[in-house]
Amino acid sequence: MSGEFPEELSGPHRVIGTPSPAPKAVDVPAGPAEPPPVVEPPDTAHAKRAERVVAALFVLAFIAGCGFIAAYVGLEVGVATIPKGANPVVAELRSNLALGTSLAVALLALGTGSMIWVRHLTPNIEIEEERHDLASEPADRKAFQHEFAEGAAISQLTKRPLIRRTMLLATAPLALAPLVLLRDLGPLPQTDLRHTVWRKGLRAVTLGGLRPLTPADMFTPGSMITVIPEGYQDDDDALAKAGVILIKFEPGQMSWPDRYDGGTLVSTMNWTIDNIVAYSKICTHVGCPVALYEQTTHHILCPCHQSTFDATNGAWVVFGPAPRPLPQLPLMLDSDGYIAAASDFTQPVGPSFWERG
Amino acid sequence: MSDDAVKIPPAVSGVGGWLDDRFHGARGVRVLMRKVFPDHWSFMLGEIALWSFVILLLTGTYLALFFDPSAAPVVYHGSYTKLDGITMSQAYQSTLNISFDIRGGLLMRQIHHWAAIMFMVAIMAHMLRVFFTGAYRKPREVNWLIGIVLFTMGLLEGLFGYSLPDDQLSGAGLRITEGVLQSLPIVGTYGAYFLFGGEFPGTAIIPRMYILHVFLIPGLILALITAHLFIMFHQKHTQMPALGNTEKNVVGAPFWPYFLLKGQAWFFFIFGVLVVLATFAQVNPIWLYGPYTPLAISSASQPDFYMGILEGSLRMMPAWEINFLGHTLPLGVIIPALVPLGLLFTGAALWPFFEQWATGDKRFHHINDRPRNAPVRTGVGVAVVIAYGVMWLEGANDVIADKFDIPLYTVTWISRVAVFVLPAIGYFATKRICLALQRKDADMLTHGVEIGIIRQLPDGAFVEEERPLTEEERAVIESKQVYEALPAPDQADVNGVPAPASRGPLGAARAIANRAFTETIAVETNGHGNGYGHGNGHGAVEETGHAAVGAGPDAPEEEH
Repeated sequence: MSGEFPEELSGPHRVIGTPSPAPKAVDVPAGPAEPPPVVEPPDTAHAKRAERVVAALFVLAFIAGCGFIAAYVGLEVGVATIPKGANPVVAELRSNLALGTSLAVALLALGTGSMIWVRHLTPNIEIEEERHDLASEPADRKAFQHEFAEGAAISQLTKRPLIRRTMLLATAPLALAPLVLLRDLGPLPQTDLRHTVWRKGLRAVTLGGLRPLTPADMFTPGSMITVIPEGYQDDDDALAKAGVILIKFEPGQMSWPDRYDGGTLVSTMNWTIDNIVAYSKICTHVGCPVALYEQTTHHILCPCHQSTFDATNGAWVVFGPAPRPLPQLPLMLDSDGYIAAASDFTQPVGPSFWERG
Repeated sequence: MSDDAVKIPPAVSGVGGWLDDRFHGARGVRVLMRKVFPDHWSFMLGEIALWSFVILLLTGTYLALFFDPSAAPVVYHGSYTKLDGITMSQAYQSTLNISFDIRGGLLMRQIHHWAAIMFMVAIMAHMLRVFFTGAYRKPREVNWLIGIVLFTMGLLEGLFGYSLPDDQLSGAGLRITEGVLQSLPIVGTYGAYFLFGGEFPGTAIIPRMYILHVFLIPGLILALITAHLFIMFHQKHTQMPALGNTEKNVVGAPFWPYFLLKGQAWFFFIFGVLVVLATFAQVNPIWLYGPYTPLAISSASQPDFYMGILEGSLRMMPAWEINFLGHTLPLGVIIPALVPLGLLFTGAALWPFFEQWATGDKRFHHINDRPRNAPVRTGVGVAVVIAYGVMWLEGANDVIADKFDIPLYTVTWISRVAVFVLPAIGYFATKRICLALQRKDADMLTHGVEIGIIRQLPDGAFVEEERPLTEEERAVIESKQVYEALPAPDQADVNGVPAPASRGPLGAARAIANRAFTETIAVETNGHGNGYGHGNGHGAVEETGHAAVGAGPDAPEEEH
């Protein structure tokens, strides 16, 4: 298998239109039979001009490169270093502009110069290389197969299936070990996805001001407000499931579709307070917050994939990829007259999942 | 080059000799220097991806010196005063600091982001070039597969990369990623819990994405790029059909000095263009989006362009959900998440082998096809591009609805229809156009080129002056290769035995595919045609061993 192919290594390169090189003796490393390329392009005046342009571009690149360093040193950014009262955003944009412009000029001048150099100063040489068969010589292939089979026979691998099989058996658990090690990447889901932190009597507070609400606070019909469970404002994991929107309607505006709690039909009529209804803010499609509300049509719209829910009709899906209405949160008034949850959601909020049932 | 024509500088003989004494490199490096690089503008597309990746490594390393991949909350009191006093993650704060407190930080961030976009654009363009010219054919199938893996790696790398700053927009993207993952049957909830270390958002996802983004995936990409280049080097480049280009040679400029100079110029150009973009075109201004909070969202939330197809397919899908043996199967999420990209990547991976199966063509191909000469391939390619484009546009359906004043639901409905209808139209139209172009080629070979001069004959008739094709023009047209038709499924040989490959439903399917692939316009030439191209000394087609039968009634054979 140690055969060398000097013909291939030395490479029968030649310029098109020239006779093919004479066959070479083996072991002569390089005997190029090609004529020397034209070193000088014929039009020397043109070459002189091109040379000057390339050099000018490279000088420009040098100047721009120096400008980059000067801009770095000269233009401070950040509130800690710029003069008091100066606007850090303006300082950053100025620095970015100076650094970016100088760097771009340097790089583009280098690129343009190199391109003019290769196109106008180097003679156009086209060479031809022979393509050889990628497949090995049949003899080599045979020799390889022979040696491989011979080695396999010497190793006894083919002869002794007991060893072969027990070796495979031995490696199987080790191959699984890396997967097993990944198990502790996270806890098991268990029933987490079925519950939120809402429970009976937990107050709803506004997302912005963390203010509890009385029904009188929502005096304008048609308004929508995002609320969160009191005390959970810093718990992103809880908020990602427990965000709720409250919408106030005119009396008689809402209709009451049937909702199912597991297999049981439940009445949602008494889930509202004073025509205020609470829906989960987490889209049942893939979990974006449903943040857009159109007052005239009472449509709740998810800005991610445009699932649209009818707020007057139990957040029924009007359009889009969401497979089911937004879950509704039963409301009550606590002893101080603030809006609170009457229970947790009666069904899982957010996107579907296999175990949802 | 002989010694008398070029003076050997002492640096070459001295340093080179020193190295050669130790590494025996003269011969190998000489082969490398004389490596032939065929010239065509489309061969530079892959190079854009390569240089973009180099720039990504450079700028990414710089950013990693300052970025803090931590979800721990901090209260911001930094240079961007509009967010003063806001609680945010350290990841978001350090990205703000890179943008406003480090000289050149914003520039590097924007170069990095633009280079990522350029990387994906270049990969797609390069992949389309390779597909439409048939450069994936034997012996380059493995490099085609590596390219597909590189594409998927690039998608993941980009998704993780733009999610790292923990801003409002990318957080919404992660929420969608989590929702999609959770929807997958059986493994979905476990996958989501293991990836996020529990409930969404948790604190584990940022450091986990970070190590994948800066180590694992770039390492894989680097290894695969290396393999991609080595295989290309070893198998030698393909070349475009031209006079003097044959299946047995490679014609072009040598690596030293031409390709080195051109490569240098190209690298500086790409870098320069990226810096221009980074300086003047703002990308991912995370300070405008604000830090991620789970209950906020803005309209017109679009991911980076390469994820647009997934976004669009999610938006396009109707709300299908079924209950399967007591389990929830949200087809409205599973189908758009898996099917379009699954079909694209699996289909692309299988295509070279499907084409070989359908055409029975096991020949080596080093001369690229002109797209017109492979009407089925070109048609399928156009259909895929159209389907991809429709889904991609649907990913911005809210922006389209807003800017063009079309109702939102109408946009979605149009896309639902268009994603099936337009690719079909595209396929048939492209195939017809390809065949028409072939017909024009055949016409030019027999009649020559009309040169626009009309001559009146003595009897009053008008004829148009034509000139015969030049040798160069002929060579391009005659590069066309013809596939042998496979035996028809019920075709028996002289002994009445049907060909083994043509039996059964698979054989029938193969016959249908074969009929489509072999539909061609015959190029009548003076004995040069239908071969491996002009000038290689092998006039005839390599016989595939099958008894050739007619290409079928729907394959018009035009004669002039």
